[in-house]
Amino acid sequence: MSQEENKTKEESRRDFMMKVSLGLGGVAALAVSVPVVGALVAPLLENKPEVWRTVGKPDDFPVGETQLVRFENADPKAWAGMTARTAAWLRHDTEGHFIAFSVNCTHLGCPVRWEADAELFMCPCHGGVYYRDGSVASGPPPKELQRYAVRVEQGQVQIGTGPIPITNFGDEQAS
Amino acid sequence: MSVLQNIGNWLDDRLGWSENIMPLIKHPVPPGAKWAYVFGSATLFCFILQVVTGIGLSLLYQPSSADAFESLKFITNQATFGRVLRGIHFFGASGMVIMVGIHMIRVYIMAAYKYPREMSWISGVFLFFLTIIMGFTGQLLRWDSNGVWSSVVAAQNLGRVPLIGTGLARLLLGGDTIGAQTLSRFFAYHVFLFPALIFLFVGVHLYLVFYHGISEPPKAGQLVDPKTYRAWYNDMLKRVGVPFWPDAAWRDALFGALVILAIVGLAVFVGPPELTQPPDPSIINTSPAPDWYMLPVFALFALVPPATESYLIFLGPVLMVVALLALPFVSNKGERSPIRRPWAVFGVACVIVFMGALLYVGEREPWSPHFDTKPLAQVINYANPKLKQGAILFHDKGCQYCHEVGGQGGITGPSLTHIGRTWTTDQIKVQIVNGATGMPAYGGMLSNKELTDLVNFLHAQQ
Repeated sequence: MSQEENKTKEESRRDFMMKVSLGLGGVAALAVSVPVVGALVAPLLENKPEVWRTVGKPDDFPVGETQLVRFENADPKAWAGMTARTAAWLRHDTEGHFIAFSVNCTHLGCPVRWEADAELFMCPCHGGVYYRDGSVASGPPPKELQRYAVRVEQGQVQIGTGPIPITNFGDEQAS
Repeated sequence: MSVLQNIGNWLDDRLGWSENIMPLIKHPVPPGAKWAYVFGSATLFCFILQVVTGIGLSLLYQPSSADAFESLKFITNQATFGRVLRGIHFFGASGMVIMVGIHMIRVYIMAAYKYPREMSWISGVFLFFLTIIMGFTGQLLRWDSNGVWSSVVAAQNLGRVPLIGTGLARLLLGGDTIGAQTLSRFFAYHVFLFPALIFLFVGVHLYLVFYHGISEPPKAGQLVDPKTYRAWYNDMLKRVGVPFWPDAAWRDALFGALVILAIVGLAVFVGPPELTQPPDPSIINTSPAPDWYMLPVFALFALVPPATESYLIFLGPVLMVVALLALPFVSNKGERSPIRRPWAVFGVACVIVFMGALLYVGEREPWSPHFDTKPLAQVINYANPKLKQGAILFHDKGCQYCHEVGGQGGITGPSLTHIGRTWTTDQIKVQIVNGATGMPAYGGMLSNKELTDLVNFLHAQQ
């Protein structure tokens, strides 16, 4: 073998080994990133079922009144502590008929307060105000208060757990 | 030769200190770089302070949503020097935001971002946003009711991103709702992910400072020409450059020390922000408000027309990032002196006035109902029972949250102290029943008697 041939052989071998090392490195990086990225995007992959939570008997809620009810969210982790809790405004609208409003203002998610005498929901953050049916009375909220499913089952009022309502780009003003 | 000198020489031989590090410390810099140049290093000092006190806090903090609030109470009230530690970390964040802001303004006004320092500016822009992100994610780690609701607000902001908004919000909260996973996420963001990015970009930023040298103080009429600048700069350094240490660096060290002492002083004498209520998402009597450096944005969201808001929340940050990144390419040569660039100075002044004004109204929150206003009937003694009834209604129906009468009440709506002088009873009645922009229509919520009492009460306000 001539020196020239030897050199070419060595070069092609080096070239091959370089490609192998780069390829293997890529495979290794990919193998590591799967569980890491998986942990990051897990919340998008989990599908949480709607769970019905009992919040009281129909008689606990006088007709025409709106009250805060607290219940556990759909799938709390064991170490959630008090952050497993969530709340909704429950209105006993007419006998046996209930409406449950999300406490989150549709503007930026702050908790709205029910002012019973004024019969208005008011938000402390940017001054959003809603009527008792959840429609926007004034302020910046782009749409009416989100509602939760609610039912009366076996003599108990139950609320269907739901995600925190996220207002999307382009949601129209409810009027 | 003494033993110490021997040890020193051995270490130097093995570590390469005097060969590789000393030239960096003593590298020549342009003369005249005086006090205007200390803010970048002060930002770095603040960042180091945040890392050190952050490590201290992490020794005491429980990053679990069930325990974080209790551990913060422990840090604040019981842990040895815990209150001061929290205070330093809090004021250190404010210091870092202020220093990064001044540094950025200084670089912009002196046009130090021009050729060949474009990448210094770009890495700096990333550092600016990372600083803001750190401030925000850190506020959430307080994990009191303010922290919990701030995370909801952050998620809502992300929700306004077209198409992927809801997904981004879910990623931020770690799921559909606030819960155990939410704090874990913010802890990971604040303690691992974003600090790592800051270290990376600080490395790039500092490397570029050494590579290009610091910009010389601008002189009017001395233009930057990419063709000749480098040769001119190197020549200038050879002629009049002074060693970074000690000729220029002592100011950085002095100013940095003063900043840190001021932060420690504030931590000792003012202390960290009070914790609000526990992080129970079902406690809704809370008024979430961000730390001061986010208040201007918070105020902006209250003041812009609601119809434009989704565009502002999404496009605002995007345009800001694009504009900041584009700057050194839009203008990378020519005049650097602020005296010859009046529009640049004017623009900076506008931004400062704008942000300052938003910060001021953000502190006052004139758009928010004053839930804690004292009922008028308790403050003023009304002899006429009808007037008294009207005064009680004025508070109970929520009018007083937004309108003030006789110095009591909110400032969202106009003052009604003298409403009776200019408005007839009919006008008042129509307004109450039908509402107006920014005011609910009370028609369906008042009995005839209540309406009459309210109208009479308001008309009596002369």
